[in-house]
Amino acid sequence: MMRRTMAAAVLAAGAVLGAAAQSNPEAEIAKYREALAAGNPAELWEARGEALWKQKRGPKAASLEACDLGKGAGVVNGAYAELPRYFADADRVMDLETRLVHCMVALQGLRFEDATKRPFGAGTNRSDFESLAAWITAESRGVTMNVALSHPKEREAYQLGEKMFYFRGGPHDFACATCHAENSKRIRLQDLPNLTEKAGAQLAYTTWPAYRVSQGELRTFQWRLNDCYRQQRFPDLKFASDASIALTAFLARNANGATFNAPAIKR
Amino acid sequence: MADPMRIRAAERDGVVNVKILMSHEMETGQRKDGSGKIVPAHFISKVTATHQGRTVLSAQWGPAVAKNPFLEFNFKGGKKGDRIAITWEDNKGETRTDETTIN
Amino acid sequence: MNHSRRAVLKTGGGAGVLGLLFAAGIARPGEVFAQGAGLNAFAMKSVPEALRALGAQGPAVSAAIQIKAPEIAENGAVVPIGIESNLPGTESITLLIEKNPQPLAASFSIPAGTEPSVSTRVKIGESSDVYALVKADGKFYMAKKEIKITLGGCGG
Repeated sequence: MMRRTMAAAVLAAGAVLGAAAQSNPEAEIAKYREALAAGNPAELWEARGEALWKQKRGPKAASLEACDLGKGAGVVNGAYAELPRYFADADRVMDLETRLVHCMVALQGLRFEDATKRPFGAGTNRSDFESLAAWITAESRGVTMNVALSHPKEREAYQLGEKMFYFRGGPHDFACATCHAENSKRIRLQDLPNLTEKAGAQLAYTTWPAYRVSQGELRTFQWRLNDCYRQQRFPDLKFASDASIALTAFLARNANGATFNAPAIKR
Repeated sequence: MADPMRIRAAERDGVVNVKILMSHEMETGQRKDGSGKIVPAHFISKVTATHQGRTVLSAQWGPAVAKNPFLEFNFKGGKKGDRIAITWEDNKGETRTDETTIN
Repeated sequence: MNHSRRAVLKTGGGAGVLGLLFAAGIARPGEVFAQGAGLNAFAMKSVPEALRALGAQGPAVSAAIQIKAPEIAENGAVVPIGIESNLPGTESITLLIEKNPQPLAASFSIPAGTEPSVSTRVKIGESSDVYALVKADGKFYMAKKEIKITLGGCGG
């Protein structure tokens, strides 16, 4: 109760004093975010992810080290900045999670149902995908986003993702665009990036995955999309589904040219 | 067995900066789970940092320290190549020690 | 009350205040007579009570203690706080959060050779003053700072 009053008071003060003073709460929040950047708990997930990549598991007692994330078997550095992409061996466009599932099944012999049992973790019930994603994306930190649209299926995925971005549905008649297609929108004190503009699209995509302090968990882009769907009261966005890949392809491609900068830390 | 800590120790101008990330739920004992039951308190209550066996920091914590605790401090007298050890102990008696080399 | 505490300590713990503290996970047997922050200080529900339990009633306000923290924290679950003491002979640095159910959050003992400056992250339940309590040359000093906790939105 008190927090809401305080937030409202902060906003009211900003509104009354005009643009210059309004930057004050924003500047303080920027300081807060900066202070958290050093010593990102995401590193704990990165360490787990690296261990999982190298660990022999499943009926085939194999590690993921031979997994091809698009740049060759076992090449992790820079791979995330080029995903999603078309994989000939699956004849399908895949994002990171889908590709990991593919490798868990093909290389380690896991069943699809078992591999995808826990897409998102909670406390000590960890998700392998979050740990793997933390490490694999860290290996693309500093790399320029470079998602290709060379294969027809890649173009198809992008176009489908674009349609999904603007598709209005659900009980609130929301689309992604409802929150993310205009500048200066926010929910309470949370700024909403404009994903239809280059700068907004780049900033948003290059800062996931992120350690979300509000949950104390490392959350991936798949999670972010899944949670947006939940907040819009849309049907569940299935983990590693073609739909999730298409939407990711659209948003990732729109971030091309930006420097990838995750795992980050967010509220 | 708890997850390992991430420890970074860097020496500059005779001062060693130590940054530690610990993996721990830091449950306050005030939260309720989905079924309405209190999640029991589970938090790091003691932290000790040693340099070549000598304590350079000790701390007592309550559950208000944030989940996946971060700790940073500086001490004099460490040299590149020296070992630093960090130990935490929680209210359930679990403990974890990790070491690193000052670089 | 002091007399019941003494009685419990005399009878060696078990039931009573200590038993409650053990059950609540606030303390473990063996820590009862620990140096530094008395274990019961962590169980105190107000700053004055915690200060009393720490033996630090009426600390003098000192500008030589700096609290480095943002004025606004987006999420009270993780609030970065640094405390630096420029008081000579600093032996310990203690952090209290006034509005938390139990204000005493953390206490650090600073041996000779260690800089009297620590940074950590704490949970703050609602906008609150935070207190930095420093013991230097046997005497207690303090500084305080207000930190506002906001509700964020739903994304980001």
